[in-house]
Amino acid sequence: MSKRDLVSITDFSKEEILALLEKAKKFEENPNQRLLEGKVVATLFFEPSTRTRLSFETAVNRLGGRIIGFSDASSTSTSKGETLKDTIKMVSNYADLVIMRHHLEGAARYAAEVSDVPVVNAGDGANQHPSQTLLDLYSIYKTQGTLENLTITMVGDLKYGRTVHSLLMAMSHFKPTFNFIAPDELRMPEEYKTFCRENHIPFNEYTDFTEDVINQSDILYMTRVQRERFTDLMEYEKVKNVYTLHRAMLENSKDNLRVLHPLPRVNEIDTDVDDSPKAYYFEQALNGVYARQAIICTVLGL
Amino acid sequence: MKKELQVAALENGTVIDHIPSEQLFKVVSLLNLDQLSNSITIGNNFHSSQLGSKGIIKIADKFFESGEINRIALIAPNVKLNVIRNYEVCEKKNVSLPNEITGIVKCANPKCITNNEPMTTSFKVIDKNEVKIKCKYCERVIAKEDIIIK
Repeated sequence: MSKRDLVSITDFSKEEILALLEKAKKFEENPNQRLLEGKVVATLFFEPSTRTRLSFETAVNRLGGRIIGFSDASSTSTSKGETLKDTIKMVSNYADLVIMRHHLEGAARYAAEVSDVPVVNAGDGANQHPSQTLLDLYSIYKTQGTLENLTITMVGDLKYGRTVHSLLMAMSHFKPTFNFIAPDELRMPEEYKTFCRENHIPFNEYTDFTEDVINQSDILYMTRVQRERFTDLMEYEKVKNVYTLHRAMLENSKDNLRVLHPLPRVNEIDTDVDDSPKAYYFEQALNGVYARQAIICTVLGL
Repeated sequence: MKKELQVAALENGTVIDHIPSEQLFKVVSLLNLDQLSNSITIGNNFHSSQLGSKGIIKIADKFFESGEINRIALIAPNVKLNVIRNYEVCEKKNVSLPNEITGIVKCANPKCITNNEPMTTSFKVIDKNEVKIKCKYCERVIAKEDIIIK
């Protein structure tokens, strides 16, 4: 029997992504559907993550399922030296679905191999975080009415930001145009630019965050520029306020433009943007619950 | 002047020639030759016009499956295999990179699960010419110069 997992966004085809977004829409219309009645879901958070865990657990609760699990590996036998394999083997005997976050990269793929029940990756180190990508896609789909032919501008840390990399891969099905705005030290890695070229996806790179680029965009995807990413702290001091979005910068932007951010935000979006009708990051977080309800039902074949 | 054979001839078996000297003992270990009871002649640091210095392995009565021998393609891609029957070379083979490499290479990413769990590594070969492999688990792409043999 083949088992469905969600480890990486590339595990899902274009058709599967679209079907999942339609499902998310149904959950938004009617969030409480007891499809998980009698089912047990394990949420294994070897690395703490409040937002993602609460969002997944809300999704399970709204579906009427029950939850076992932990939010901190220090209280488990992992701290006694148990291997990940043994933990997963045990838990997959108890539960119908495993949702896992781990600090090590590739942990989710390995867990999916070891487990008899479906595994959903809730983040494995700097590698993949596909439920974030699906909620980003759902947010884009909802606000633009389509995923096709959009101009998406990504701003901030494009080198280490796994959310922008996964979003880029996922959007590649839908004929996008990308603008990459980042300081030199945090530019989009070559492998993703090669990926764009191979797939005939047009992209432009900028180091300046200007209204010109904003005004062409349908989606402005902001990310946090983190101090610890810089080898040269002088460089950080120079750029830290350059990639901040202010409300005035949105003045001549398209009516359909929406500002997205995976959160938590620090200073890259000024609070004066929050009241703009184009600010979408808080709704985006709420969409995470619907997207995760759809993910859970998809992997369980419900 | 007649060229003398540097190692005694085989009646039946396999000669692996043109092994870069520094890789010889890795080849021995990758092919698990220490587990064999066949007669094996291992020579190293012979003169080679191609490599400067080379190693040779002769194994009596052993004929490799391609899956078995392709394990060494990563460290010795230009190796020549001579299959010997009745003192005659009856087949010459090259090695080629398989599509997937299991258990030979260590992932270069210290934060990869494979470096933190007792488990077998697995890589997809994504570029056979430039030798680029991608970890099945952490999805990191590793270029030729960064490949570490276990």
